[in-house]
Amino acid sequence: MRQNPGSVGARTSKTLRSTVFWRIGEDIPKPLNAGLIITSIALPLLLWWLVTTLGNVDPTFLPSPADVLQAFQRLWSTGDIQKDTVASLWRVGVGFLMAALFSIPVGVLMGSFPSIRALLEPLFGLMRYMPAPAFIPLLILYLGIGEEPKITLIFIGVFFFNSLMVMDTVKFVPKDLIEATYTLGGNRLQTLLQVIFPHVLPGIIDACRINLAAAWQLVIVSELIAATEGLGRRISVAGRFLKTDEIFVGLIVIGIFGLAFDLLFQYFLRVSCRWASQKR
Amino acid sequence: MYLQITKLHKHFSTKKGKLVVLKDINMSIEQGEFICTVGASGSGKSTLLRQIAGLDTPTTGDVKIDGVSVAGPGPDRGMVFQHYTLYPWMSVQGNVEFGLKLQGVPKRERRQKASYYLDVVGLTKFAQSLPKELSGGMKQRVAIARALTSEPKILLMDEPFGALDIHTKESMHSFILDLWERTNITIFMITHDVEEAVLLSNRIYALSSRPGTVSKEVSINLPERSHTIKRHSKFHDYRDELIDLLRGQGQEALAVA
Repeated sequence: MRQNPGSVGARTSKTLRSTVFWRIGEDIPKPLNAGLIITSIALPLLLWWLVTTLGNVDPTFLPSPADVLQAFQRLWSTGDIQKDTVASLWRVGVGFLMAALFSIPVGVLMGSFPSIRALLEPLFGLMRYMPAPAFIPLLILYLGIGEEPKITLIFIGVFFFNSLMVMDTVKFVPKDLIEATYTLGGNRLQTLLQVIFPHVLPGIIDACRINLAAAWQLVIVSELIAATEGLGRRISVAGRFLKTDEIFVGLIVIGIFGLAFDLLFQYFLRVSCRWASQKR
Repeated sequence: MYLQITKLHKHFSTKKGKLVVLKDINMSIEQGEFICTVGASGSGKSTLLRQIAGLDTPTTGDVKIDGVSVAGPGPDRGMVFQHYTLYPWMSVQGNVEFGLKLQGVPKRERRQKASYYLDVVGLTKFAQSLPKELSGGMKQRVAIARALTSEPKILLMDEPFGALDIHTKESMHSFILDLWERTNITIFMITHDVEEAVLLSNRIYALSSRPGTVSKEVSINLPERSHTIKRHSKFHDYRDELIDLLRGQGQEALAVA
């Protein structure tokens, strides 16, 4: 039965109930936080272990954690996994650094000057929608099958996205701040280098962090096609010989390195841009 | 004349056609005066200040500072914006020094000047703080110090105390009056707060709305400048006169819109 809207019962039931787990956008207690983080990793590991131990699964279909660890030790002792990791890291490193080196100034210029933006945005917007792996046949045709096409692939995949993302961060520089600089006697170059750039630096670091993940994906794709070493190459060869445990080793190494870089960028952002953090 | 505005017109082209924002503005300001320009929203008062600062150019007419026409923004006209426009990654000291740094003043000299003006605004203790660690009133005092460090001919302020709570606003009023008396700088301030204008300035220009044009010029002669003057009957006369003036125009503007 519906209660009288004026009754006390209806009033009290409207009060927001207190909660610990479902707090929106608020800090949760530290022990709960740590517990949830551990669960996030430990629970899938536990499930994996349970399925492979109790489930009687064919190891060529799903190897157990112990199998994967063994495969890792095997690949480590022959030195293969180190060589593969170094090869992939080097490609990501060179390709990504080159892309960052060019895309950061281009993005800042596009964001700052509507003229540069009008000149480049249509082209970049178009290029962004061409998936970088679709360039592989062309890159092999033009650059062969050495390191150049792989690095160029990463460059293409990162440069356009990163330029446009850096451009967007410049939008958030308040117009007042730029005009204040003019009234203090700053010229346009000074404004660009000493006001706009420091203001967008946190945004640039964040854009790079996100696009490093794209670079990491592209290096694996490039190695699936033609390579003699590399983590992508390792996975594709292991697949051909049904060495499922080595596929898992490759995937886990890729994941760990990706996460490590992500955390590194987050740390870098925290220490270099203390002013941009929300907390006092 | 120190600041001379002659026959200034400003219009913007919009989709609906020409929008006249400022019409036939004439103002003469002497060195050392504290001038307030009051107007309702839509009177183009901020647009007027932007013409003086050189951030925008008049459609026709002329702004002269010390006999020289304004061609663009420059440090001879210190500007304080309504919203806090401090550089968030620089310390308070860094913010105050920044104008001199842009002008190529050597480090030692700009350190000294910045310290001096930080002392003037009473923020020496906060020199190494980041802007986000300061209250609203303190941020505006840093912005004022930053503008003063370049030793401008005139200080332009665009509703500088509009975002502050009433108590902070009152203390900022005392602060700016004290600063004006000590430095004898020329101040041109925009506000919609009539009481603020009567309290602070020695002359007020009232702008009508749409298009903005000077509807009245009032010289303020009050026996003293402090918050107690607000109880004085003369203060009330000035205030009521201006409020009536603006109220009438506000309604006109509404009727037109």
